Amino acid sequence: MNKYINLVIAIFLGFSIQAQQVTKSVFGTFLLKGATIHTVTKGNIVGDVLIENGKIKNVGSNISAPAAATVIDCAGKHIYPGLIDAGTKVGLSEVSSVSLTNDFSEIGNLTPQVQALTAVNPNSAIIPVTRVNGVTTVIAAPSGGLFCGTAALISLIGYTPDQMYAGFKGIVMNYPSSGRRGRFDRRTDEDIKKDADKALKNLNDIWEKAIEYTKMNSTKAVTTFNPEMAALMPVVEGKMTLMIEVNGKDDIKAALAWIKEKKVKAILTGVTEGYKVAKEIAESGVPVITGPILSVPSSSAAAYDASYTNPGIMQKAGVKVSIRTDDTENVRNLPFNAGFAAAYGMGTEEALKAVTINTAEILGVSDKYGSIETGKMASLFVSDGDPFETKTQISHLFINGWNVPMESRHTLLYNEFLKRSPGL
Amino acid sequence: MKINIFIFLLLVGTVLTAQDKGNILIKNGTVLTVTKGTLQNTDVLVIDGKISKIGKGLKAGNDVKVIDATDQFVMPGIIDAHSHIALDAINEATDPSTAHVWVGDALDPLDVGIYRALAGGVTASHAMHGSANVIGGQCETIKHRYGTLDPEDLRMVGAPRTIKFALGENPMRVHGEGNNIVPATRMGVEQVIRRSFTEARQYIKDWDEYNSGKTKVPPKYDLKTETVADILKGDIIIHCHSYRADEILMLMNVCKDFGVKKLCFQHTNEGFKVAPELAAFGAGASVFADWWAYKFEVYYSTAYNAAILTKNGVTTSINSDSGELIRHLYHEAAKTQRYGGLSDEEALSLITINPAKQLGIDSRVGSLEVGKEADIAIFSHHPLSIYAIPQLTIVDGIIRFDLKNDKKDMRLDIDPEEKITIFYEQNRHHENDGCMRDAFELFEKK
Repeated sequence: MNKYINLVIAIFLGFSIQAQQVTKSVFGTFLLKGATIHTVTKGNIVGDVLIENGKIKNVGSNISAPAAATVIDCAGKHIYPGLIDAGTKVGLSEVSSVSLTNDFSEIGNLTPQVQALTAVNPNSAIIPVTRVNGVTTVIAAPSGGLFCGTAALISLIGYTPDQMYAGFKGIVMNYPSSGRRGRFDRRTDEDIKKDADKALKNLNDIWEKAIEYTKMNSTKAVTTFNPEMAALMPVVEGKMTLMIEVNGKDDIKAALAWIKEKKVKAILTGVTEGYKVAKEIAESGVPVITGPILSVPSSSAAAYDASYTNPGIMQKAGVKVSIRTDDTENVRNLPFNAGFAAAYGMGTEEALKAVTINTAEILGVSDKYGSIETGKMASLFVSDGDPFETKTQISHLFINGWNVPMESRHTLLYNEFLKRSPGL
Repeated sequence: MKINIFIFLLLVGTVLTAQDKGNILIKNGTVLTVTKGTLQNTDVLVIDGKISKIGKGLKAGNDVKVIDATDQFVMPGIIDAHSHIALDAINEATDPSTAHVWVGDALDPLDVGIYRALAGGVTASHAMHGSANVIGGQCETIKHRYGTLDPEDLRMVGAPRTIKFALGENPMRVHGEGNNIVPATRMGVEQVIRRSFTEARQYIKDWDEYNSGKTKVPPKYDLKTETVADILKGDIIIHCHSYRADEILMLMNVCKDFGVKKLCFQHTNEGFKVAPELAAFGAGASVFADWWAYKFEVYYSTAYNAAILTKNGVTTSINSDSGELIRHLYHEAAKTQRYGGLSDEEALSLITINPAKQLGIDSRVGSLEVGKEADIAIFSHHPLSIYAIPQLTIVDGIIRFDLKNDKKDMRLDIDPEEKITIFYEQNRHHENDGCMRDAFELFEKK
């Protein structure tokens, strides 16, 4: 009998300790009252946002609270749509120097069929750290090789990858580079040219095969198992987007010509030297996901602020620009990357678009994400000011209608160690 | 002969460049002194490379360049307590202890990274040896006198000697895992230091006995042991690469046993766990604003580290260890306001007076005070704002970065044969801190 009571006590204690330590996200009806709402698409208004069934049910002034609603007073505060980072390894890498925690680079040059979504770890410690800075939605992208795999857009909430999936997949391709890779690249100019030509020929050969495969498939002639070609088929058919990583000026021009020739639906990513060919990119109509903005310029000859000014120069030339971090554990710095772009020529309004609506439009998910509008998913946050300003504090976070606690490993360690007990 | 004269003239020329000390009057700025509050609409007069007056309505002679800083912010030049710019080599990764080597022998004044640091308001940095060895090489505190071709001109003459130590994964990987010698563990790391300190203590004793005539035969001179002996004597400040709380405590214990007091931890990602111990010892902590999870020993980190350390009374600085971060240390410092709510003055101290204290140069730089060296950065907005753009950076009263007048390509050496521009890989996924440069190249050859 005593044993029994002890067990009950133990379970109760265990439960209460857990209840103390874990704050869960809450799904429900929320009315955010009296904030400055930065809708991004429809200007700034002072008013309320009603969240219901995961979506933004209403945006306006003096919205009356439904009976079930939790009312949050946001007077003097600001509401922004959740920021979207279209180039990260969140969920695919936990500790980058520990190779067995890395799931973003498969062996081989041609692996378009491997799925980032399969390897996303919903319980990565990096996820809460990222989202409490207002980044609610990211692309988890594979890297390495020519066709690296299939990237996926995920919301930073959920217990399974499928719950996190946010409606975009694209195949990542590294456009063959014709540049020197760094100061340790000791190849001669001729060798670099030769290698680049060879890599391009390889790409074109693969593409020919993919076209052939697609044709054969339409006549039901395909009988052998060929997952690589099967994965490229929707790209050939124009049903799936190719995310082409390209950075050097000449390579960008070559990639644009390649896209035109092959008639693929494409996004350029990286685009470090986009400022040198901004007009050409704008004329092509191909959108750009650029970044990191907080990075050293692409060469020692470049202006010290080339990475900061790049997005603004492209945007002013007419390119549709989205800003990414290309990071893993510090994707939380997306607002600061956008902030530097804003300060160095892009302006706050355009830089905000570059981490919200532009990204959503480029990825084809602007019906659900990227702005504060009735009918969109309720992925948004409440702050005491401009989210790009370093000192700004975020007080409330919603992802797909879930009220997410403002907690992460970093805040938990702060709370435990700020005033250590025992001290010395 | 002609060539000799040419070289002679070149040398004379560059020496003069370096010794140049400017006269400048900065008018009507918001002056962030860091140590003595914020002064509105205030002038700063620089004479002969030093701050001569701070006040309103200052006047100066015709030989003084006048800068209008109306609506701008004037702060002390930023100091980076941990960087590897301006260095040709950083890791003598061939032995667990290489106290005898010195990065001052590998200074590279041509590194465009110096200019990029200036463009972020950084006027001085601690050019450090890498972290491959438990006891690494000696470091050099430099001033960013970009434009000179002479390595000597970079030195901040008179700055205290410093030496790099390193604990944890890096020396364990290089020596234990890479070469199968001690240390392969954090236990071994402690023993490397204890052995080295003990040998140095004996070395001091042997020389004392010889110098006082007790013994007739002089002990063998050894630069490595001599250097460690200088640490024990308090002539060199230890700057120790460290991450985990246990190894931080270990080094403090070892230092206590040997009477070593001048100690500053670098990186110190888990410093927040032992902040009371660090404060009691009087050790400094120089940290990243938010880097974490790039290796296992930084997985249990918090971006609130600097705030916890500061609030527990530890002299804390924010460093770069990176040619990228050094360009925006003002932004890195501002992160302590998002993560821990530090005041403007506390946040600015992390990149000015505090790193100056850690390098032992706080009587000369690190704040805007009369008599100090005129290392000054001028910003368009408050430097802790994301919208701040550095306008002018001044070293010893000489303008070394000028947003409006500098050209885009600021390289000092350009290879005329270079057809294909070197295209740097972006600094994306730091699997390592910058401290491991040159060490992995060594591995790859194996």
